[in-house]
Amino acid sequence: MTKKLILAVAAIPCLGLALPAFADASASAKAIETIKRDFKPRGQADLDRLAEDFVQALCNRTANNPSPENAKRIEADQLAKVKYPADGKLMGDWKKGESLAQSGRGFTWTDNPGLPVGGNCYNCHQISPKEVAFGTVGPSLLQYGKLRGNSPEIQKYTYVKIFNAKAYNACSDMPRFGHVDALKPEQIKDLVALLLDPESPVNK
Amino acid sequence: MRKLRIIGAACTAAALAATGMAFAQSDGVDHAKADAEFAKFRAEMEDSNPAELFEMKGEELWKAKRGPKNVSLAESCDMGLGIGKLDGAYVKMPRYFADADKVMDAERRIVWCMTEKQGFSFDEIAKRPFASGNYTPDITSLVTFVAGHSRNMKFAVPIKDPKVKEAWEIGKEIAAYRAGPYDFSCNTCHGSDGKRIRMQNLPNLAKPEGAIKGVFGWPGYRMTGGVMLTSQWRMNDCFRQQRFPEPKYASDTVTYLLTYMTATANGQLYKGPGIKR
Amino acid sequence: MADPMKIRAQMKGDVCEIRVLMSHPMETGQRKDADGKTVPAHFIQNLTVALNGKTVVSGQTAGSVSRNPVFGFKVKGAKAGDKVAVSWVDNKGDKRTDETTVA
Repeated sequence: MTKKLILAVAAIPCLGLALPAFADASASAKAIETIKRDFKPRGQADLDRLAEDFVQALCNRTANNPSPENAKRIEADQLAKVKYPADGKLMGDWKKGESLAQSGRGFTWTDNPGLPVGGNCYNCHQISPKEVAFGTVGPSLLQYGKLRGNSPEIQKYTYVKIFNAKAYNACSDMPRFGHVDALKPEQIKDLVALLLDPESPVNK
Repeated sequence: MRKLRIIGAACTAAALAATGMAFAQSDGVDHAKADAEFAKFRAEMEDSNPAELFEMKGEELWKAKRGPKNVSLAESCDMGLGIGKLDGAYVKMPRYFADADKVMDAERRIVWCMTEKQGFSFDEIAKRPFASGNYTPDITSLVTFVAGHSRNMKFAVPIKDPKVKEAWEIGKEIAAYRAGPYDFSCNTCHGSDGKRIRMQNLPNLAKPEGAIKGVFGWPGYRMTGGVMLTSQWRMNDCFRQQRFPEPKYASDTVTYLLTYMTATANGQLYKGPGIKR
Repeated sequence: MADPMKIRAQMKGDVCEIRVLMSHPMETGQRKDADGKTVPAHFIQNLTVALNGKTVVSGQTAGSVSRNPVFGFKVKGAKAGDKVAVSWVDNKGDKRTDETTVA
């Protein structure tokens, strides 16, 4: 564990990021030490989840407020790693997207790792006007496509945002659903359709 | 476990035109009214909270001579104000205990007394520390009993004690630590005002008015499933939802988070063991 | 043996308000455990409240009542100092009686 955390931090300079190191006695350094000591694996949740990748490390060390240069480097790196669907199409079936958006399951130690992971969308966003039990951690997406249209640029922006929100906002609160392989490109297409298809209730 | 995260070294310089569109913010649900209705329901339930059953059970356990050493907690366990003194102890925790050389929340302290004074095995207690179904661990009833002795008192965690202050500071950093598959920290959900997950309101733990909402209802009787649960459990379940591995029972991480939340809520009223939806 | 009940009996004007908290699993017999096995039914079937030994409430309950249930009754003709006894019997034949004094 120790080895990995050090490695993760040591790997950051290769991105050319100047990271302020924590002083050994700082509360942040002690917090990481404490966390490393105090967890145990359970179900699918192994201890490697406690290690920071370089995006998390940068956000953790800057209180989610990296310098503009560092943020740009991270965003470019994350954008370059986005995978696109094989058929080149970015809009799928909005109905499948809706049921995926409803599901909040996946990745906890009580979830069966063999079952598909949900999109978790309604946990944080208002999407279809028919669903009133929506969260507000993220912005409302009601009328998302009606306001923006569904040009190829908007489709690509939306696809990338769901695949890896950090490609546009280095320390976004939103998970990197495609990047961590929680959602497949085909599933993300369905979510893009939920947001952009003129037939989707989102745009009615 | 030992596999390394592959960290990309390439710095591609793709330019990106961000589409800076305004997001629509409308809602259409009268949340204030829904909250008021729920508050009424909660007040009604608080009047006959099944938590009282666990207080009774806890009292019996507190006073009984138990464990390999056959002593009672009543005659051996110091909750911070002296052996046998429970009134107001819960709202003054977490606090530093010189005998254990640790900052401890109430549950951790009782576990310490059960192992050190009564001779119970920590591993046995930690095997199944939280209630589920028809099972309620003794420790849960004991915490509920002790918490009942701080009913209608104000939180007064001794934050001037340097050890407690340090625990508060580390707890604050633990709450901000993002990791795991979804990059979540405690603060992702509990670090700003007026947020919800689905219909569940999320208190902002950085502010006194949010922190009190995070601590005042615990230990609490959860009507869904009819189980009595403690703040140790609450922290455990937060980490589950954060997609983290499991925090060890009665560990520093949990105590430090509870120190951060409880001391931030200092000066506000604790109404006693609570009731949850 | 079952855990004790918590009973509160208070005069409000000329009516005695009785609140009872019971410690009971109240299994419906329809729930399945983690292994998929049905959890056998186990619930309170009969409930009585007696005032100074005289039954004033008698009722039947079933599995639709929640675990650790709370019951409230209003009784006329009681006075401070009277003895209130609450009893239940469940479908397995377990029983419990607890008492309190009207305040």
